[in-house]
Amino acid sequence: MTSRADNFIKVRDLRQTIGAQEILKGVDLDVPKGETLVLLGQSGGGKSVFLRHLIGLMRPLSGSIKIEGEEIAHLDERELEPVRRKVGMLFQDGALFDSMSVFDNISFPLRERGEKNEKLIREKVAHALELVSLQGQENKMPVNLSGGMRKRVSLARAIISEPSCILYDEPTAGLDPIVSDTINRLIRRLQSHLHVTSIVVTHDMISTNHIADRVALLKEGKIHFSGTLDDLHASKDPVIRDFVEGRSHEID
Amino acid sequence: MKFSYSFPLTRAFCLYMGQAALLAGETFQSIFAGRIRWRLVLQQIVEIGFGSQAVVIITGIFTGAVFTAQIFFQFNALNMSTAVGPVVSIALCRELGPVLTGLMVAGRVGAAMSAEIGTMKVTQQIDALRALAVNPVDYLVVPRAVAMMISMPLLVGECIFFALTASYFVATQILNVNSVFFLHHMWSYTHSKDMVMALTKGFVFAIIVVIVGCQQGLTTRNGAVGVGRSTTDAVVISSLSILMINFFLTMALNIIFPAGGARY
Repeated sequence: MTSRADNFIKVRDLRQTIGAQEILKGVDLDVPKGETLVLLGQSGGGKSVFLRHLIGLMRPLSGSIKIEGEEIAHLDERELEPVRRKVGMLFQDGALFDSMSVFDNISFPLRERGEKNEKLIREKVAHALELVSLQGQENKMPVNLSGGMRKRVSLARAIISEPSCILYDEPTAGLDPIVSDTINRLIRRLQSHLHVTSIVVTHDMISTNHIADRVALLKEGKIHFSGTLDDLHASKDPVIRDFVEGRSHEID
Repeated sequence: MKFSYSFPLTRAFCLYMGQAALLAGETFQSIFAGRIRWRLVLQQIVEIGFGSQAVVIITGIFTGAVFTAQIFFQFNALNMSTAVGPVVSIALCRELGPVLTGLMVAGRVGAAMSAEIGTMKVTQQIDALRALAVNPVDYLVVPRAVAMMISMPLLVGECIFFALTASYFVATQILNVNSVFFLHHMWSYTHSKDMVMALTKGFVFAIIVVIVGCQQGLTTRNGAVGVGRSTTDAVVISSLSILMINFFLTMALNIIFPAGGARY
């Protein structure tokens, strides 16, 4: 059992509605420091919405979100900036700045944090690109990259400023198995070498088996299951079995 | 709630004005706090100021030329052809120069701002900025606002200069108005306060164009259709706002800089 002080993220009774639909109906979740939590759930089940709350991109209707013990649910945009410096995010479609080259996209967080040393910036960008297996692509524009490459550039941008926590929104969706494996290994490496706390939203069970320290399943706006990979695979809960084994119960 | 259901247009108008006022407040707060990225300001000056010159110069030349011709046709019948210069000059400085520049810049720059920021909004680039601890108002709105506030008065001055040059050419070379009288009367009746009025209006119109354009962009929803709608709305709202606010500005500025009177 992890002590309360060790939790990097602590969420209590998080509620959110979009239009008339209640997406999150009281989510409780703890993510200890240095742990990789995989958040599973059906499409449209509110996983990405939940992730967006953790970095203040959405404000909860009610509930509490603590990042390293600091309550962020009611902070305004400027008060959130120090929190966002600690937490990086990989967006589902990359969200690269399309008017900037790959180099400018990846160096953007460094420049915005006041880094002026061009040599250091170039070295860090080259290293980040190497980590995501995209060496030599610095001068390309995002429009000339494939979906997978965009996602990897976005990941390089998220990790270049060495955040304490990274939120991954579908990091391997749409990638070929080899690139997916590169990303999975990178997530593992960030955790083992730099003790980065990670939350990974995914449907990919191969990826889940590879990277998860712990798994949570979001169903109907609540955490239906939370436990280790072994607990997940040993579970007899039909909802979990259906998800793990990919059964829809639809009749042909 | 009853109010909102009874007057949906009034509610939408109040909501829009509130959002625009908040954006303007936040923008000026950032400017006064010194959160200005000068590299981006320079980029925007090139984009907005330098890039708008051709449009503004052509507008100025042909407005000055046609206005001169029309005034001449009316005044010549009354044997007052040398009064063409002052009439054209004052009308251009006090009204036509700033308003036409404002409208042209609203069409060119306001639309571009709205489209660019709107596209960033619907492709999550604004969220990416926020996630990277960069305030979108500081990064996107402030440089555009500062660049516009610097560029617009200069563009207004440029428009008026080319309009008056065209006016002089049409009056003296085509319509045979005596050039000495034309220049003398124009100089006698045009004061520095007329130019100050033009530049003041240009400055105010710059704020309108940038706040409306950025506000439309930042509130864009529903993908490509939404970007198209925001862009159209940005041009329509800023153009109408320029025309309406121009009236009130004219009345207010006329108290500070009363019109009329010859220098000699």
